[in-house]
Amino acid sequence: MRVRANAVIGGTLIGLLVAVSATATFWTPYDPLRINLRARLRPPTDLFWLGTDEFGRDVVSRLMAGAATSALVALLTVAAAVILGVVIGVLAGFVRGWLDRVLMAVNDTLLAFPGILLALGLMAVIGPNKWGIILALGLAYSPSVVRVVRATVLSVREREYIEASRVIGNSEVYTMARHVLPNCVAPIVVLATSMFGWVVLAESALSFLGLGVPPPAPTWGNMLSAARPYLDQAPWLSIAPGLCIALTLLGINLLGDALRDKLDPRMGAA
Amino acid sequence: MLRYILHRLLMTVPTALLVALAVFVLLRLVPGDPAQLMLGDTATEETLAELRAQLGLDQPIAMQFLYWLGNVAVGDLGRSITNDLPVLPLIFDRFQVSASIVIVAVVLATLVAVPAGMLAAWRQNSLGDLLIVGGATMLLSIPSFWLGLLMLLFFGVKLGWLPVVGYVSFGEDFGRALAYVILPIATLTLIEIGVITRMARAATIEVLRLEYITHARAKGVPEGRVLWRHALPNAFAPTWTLLGLILGNLLGGIAVIETVFTLPGLGRLLVDGIFARDYPVVQGCLLFVAIMYVLVNLLVDLLYPVFDPRVAAE
Amino acid sequence: MTQAPLLSVTDLSVTAGDRAVVDRVSFSLQPGEIMALVGESGSGKTMAARSVLDLLPPGVRRSGGRIVFDGQDLSAMTPAQMRAMRGPGIGMVFQEPMVSLNPALSIGAQLAEGLELHRRLPRDEVLRLCRQMLARVQINDPDRCLAAFPHEFSGGMRQRIMLAAVMLLQPKLLLADEPTTALDTLTQREVLDLMVELTRDNGTAVILITHNLGLVGRYAANAVVMEQGKVVEAGPSRDILLRPQQPYTQTLVGALPRRGPARPVPADAKPIVSVRDLEVVFPGRKRMFRPSHPVHAVKGVSLDVRPGEVLAVVGGSGSGKTTLGRAILGLVPARAGHIQFAGTDIAASDRAAMRRFRLACQLVFQDPYSSLDPRMRVGPIVAEPLRHAEDMDRRAREARVAEVLEEVGLAGFADRHPHALSGGQRQRVAIARALVRRPAFVVADEPVSALDMTIQQQVLTLLQRLQEQHGFACLFISHDLAAVAQIADRVAVMEQGLVVETGTRDAIFDNPQHAYTRALLEASPRIEDLAA
Repeated sequence: MRVRANAVIGGTLIGLLVAVSATATFWTPYDPLRINLRARLRPPTDLFWLGTDEFGRDVVSRLMAGAATSALVALLTVAAAVILGVVIGVLAGFVRGWLDRVLMAVNDTLLAFPGILLALGLMAVIGPNKWGIILALGLAYSPSVVRVVRATVLSVREREYIEASRVIGNSEVYTMARHVLPNCVAPIVVLATSMFGWVVLAESALSFLGLGVPPPAPTWGNMLSAARPYLDQAPWLSIAPGLCIALTLLGINLLGDALRDKLDPRMGAA
Repeated sequence: MLRYILHRLLMTVPTALLVALAVFVLLRLVPGDPAQLMLGDTATEETLAELRAQLGLDQPIAMQFLYWLGNVAVGDLGRSITNDLPVLPLIFDRFQVSASIVIVAVVLATLVAVPAGMLAAWRQNSLGDLLIVGGATMLLSIPSFWLGLLMLLFFGVKLGWLPVVGYVSFGEDFGRALAYVILPIATLTLIEIGVITRMARAATIEVLRLEYITHARAKGVPEGRVLWRHALPNAFAPTWTLLGLILGNLLGGIAVIETVFTLPGLGRLLVDGIFARDYPVVQGCLLFVAIMYVLVNLLVDLLYPVFDPRVAAE
Repeated sequence: MTQAPLLSVTDLSVTAGDRAVVDRVSFSLQPGEIMALVGESGSGKTMAARSVLDLLPPGVRRSGGRIVFDGQDLSAMTPAQMRAMRGPGIGMVFQEPMVSLNPALSIGAQLAEGLELHRRLPRDEVLRLCRQMLARVQINDPDRCLAAFPHEFSGGMRQRIMLAAVMLLQPKLLLADEPTTALDTLTQREVLDLMVELTRDNGTAVILITHNLGLVGRYAANAVVMEQGKVVEAGPSRDILLRPQQPYTQTLVGALPRRGPARPVPADAKPIVSVRDLEVVFPGRKRMFRPSHPVHAVKGVSLDVRPGEVLAVVGGSGSGKTTLGRAILGLVPARAGHIQFAGTDIAASDRAAMRRFRLACQLVFQDPYSSLDPRMRVGPIVAEPLRHAEDMDRRAREARVAEVLEEVGLAGFADRHPHALSGGQRQRVAIARALVRRPAFVVADEPVSALDMTIQQQVLTLLQRLQEQHGFACLFISHDLAAVAQIADRVAVMEQGLVVETGTRDAIFDNPQHAYTRALLEASPRIEDLAA
């Protein structure tokens, strides 16, 4: 019951994000970058549904363009982190021995940088731009994928059906590909889902700090950052982008809960 | 027990060294000549060479690392390029602001969230559980900097109760200082309530289905005591580990909150350092926060056997 | 017999959602009586007993019936009255000693809790009673035990501590829910004897919830047999075991493994697998500040398995029997010793010989829930060993899979996933997988111990039939002497990594030589003893 509600609400929110992002790539009500100084800081009207910003740009158009940027950045980042994490995690869990120890030492060192700190450090080196964010966040989040993948590989390979595969006479590599890896997919999917949420949040936080996608290209984070000085004059500028981030995260969290409940039914309605 | 403590303490040394190495390597990846970056385009060739020698940049890279590590060990993190102040005192100064906010927020959030999560788990799938989980998921989904902006908008701009911009240290004027930190603390507390409540609920559900809980009930132990005495220590163990992670994550991402509330904290020092290309400050902040995080986790692990005596015996 | 019953349960019904798990069940018991509540999984025996204490899991509730205990109607009690009843009125002992004591609280705190709640005694009096009770349950150093935590004790010790915690409150009724199922045969005997002694001294009545008919015969005066939520038969244990009236009870009693006539085995047949001085040592995890403790699991074992015979390896947990089976198949590296297969030495260095040996051997696992890849269907699972049968084409392989599935009674199951099968069906799939290549030698590691009684018998009979039909040699590893008596031709008894006695089945069972063998036989209850 609750699983279904979570899946429906979460799916709807994320579906909306995808639809808006897709639309924004070829159509927005106004050009999100066109400056119109005569229409600065207009409150919401039927002409500008969510008003205009300090340069007279239409907020709705910028939110839509921002959705496309955020979704793309998050998708590519998660893909990068998962690919990197799975390759290293499987290698470590499969080969074991000294290679495992070296990989895990490096991995644990990267995990010793909390939250977005590693991404902040990398952005300091790379400099703010879209590809830099993907690289920085991808590198910052792959260690947790490595952890999960390696732990899953190690736990799956202790199951009896893995031993059964050896008794049959299958080689180690075949056993790994046929029996171990397919049984590691579920936890990776769950992790990737929640990671999409973390990345959306981290990207908007970096942009909010001015270390993300640089202006004038709109993202939800840099829109919020630009809105801070106009808090008393134009509060709508601070409300809309944050609401977009929150709804996206809510969608991801609900979807993630639904997925986890499906895979581990004990937590749910039972 | 003593073995466990010693083991855990010794394990921290290589981690700390590797963290230092990572920070060192990271900053070496910055494109360009550090001396040039520090002195700007107008610097002459002699002054550049002088600074390189002073920074040890003419040495092989491994020697440079050891040299730097030696300095770090005696608390010398170099001097800020922007204002020529020593980095470590600067960091300590700013750290006090960040740490006080973060620690108070985590303590408050735990005090609210753990009972809430346990209550939700105790009556799993009831209306109360639904409301608590729904609320927690909601809070979990709100970006901290947006919640901060909304708080400022409501309590600062609309109601005018609290100041919107600025900071006064507690030493100067306790009452006014409090006015500046109430909103950031409230913001972080609310956000973390979301995370901790969900964790406490999940852990309590796990524990409540175990036989020793039924055993306690079969002895006639009242429900309140079942939760408090039998479920809490076991359910709190995973939450306790989470608290260490949360504390570190907050410290790592504190810059956004400090930006919203214009607080002179450690996060702001780091971000300003990045903008100003003040690499000694950036390096110092990264190292400091990462080491703090390692130490917090160490502390968490050392106290863990209080909740789960099995760990120390392993 | 005119005495008022201590407990009388009338028309008790329990539902989980809209499904009835206990359906109008009635039984009663006299003060001081030991009654067995017998049934397989899903019979509702545990739920029926737990409703007496009103300790049903979430989502399960009592939907009807009356429970009168000691003259009081339990179904009409307030929660507070019920709590006062739990402990001093009715106590309960659980199945899993590893999870029924709180890992975060010291033994002392858990023992004292009941006394502090129900009887307001001074602190040192509580301590004195705890110490005294721990000594009663044969805990060596009560003072150390009080300060210790549960993880410091073995399963059998924990179950004694559990018993101590419950008996400290001197309940009038003890509910024992499969109290020894998780323990090995010898410990099971000790704990149950202790339980009977303690309850007899205190005049406590016992409801022993069990699936093990042997225990019923040995410990319970009366028995109630349940099937799918209903009582099918009730009466004195002797009558139920020796002269069961109802078809289900007859099936249940008939499912007990029985020793058939011995099969003629040529005594001088050349062994197909021959093991000499096999040693296995697990290195033990290295840790800082602590020397690693290598575990010497198998300490030099020699045995021969002849073509077409079933050699059973029996022993308690930790005897090394499972490791022995794994080491023979080369799944666990041996530190020393030789293995010969059909007369040729199998050395780890000779990969070709090793591979020939591997392809002629198979293993059936204990846990049918984890031995099948959850992502594969039954057909491919069974077909997988044929990947290495180079001489068979696709059509021959398909025909073989169909044939084997037919043999294990699972024709038409090829498209199912393991999670859609019952435990018995899964174990049949595992057997089909093991036999599809027509192996010469099969290691069966506790193949029936995770299954229900009637299913156990079906799987055991199946294994026996297939063994006779195909004539493979079998190493049957088990702790269950009854199953061994049914299936084995010869028996090897293992204790602490050593084979202490080997002989034909009848010699071992009728004329055991070693003390450990005698203790094992003595501890494993058989209903034949009742008839005598």
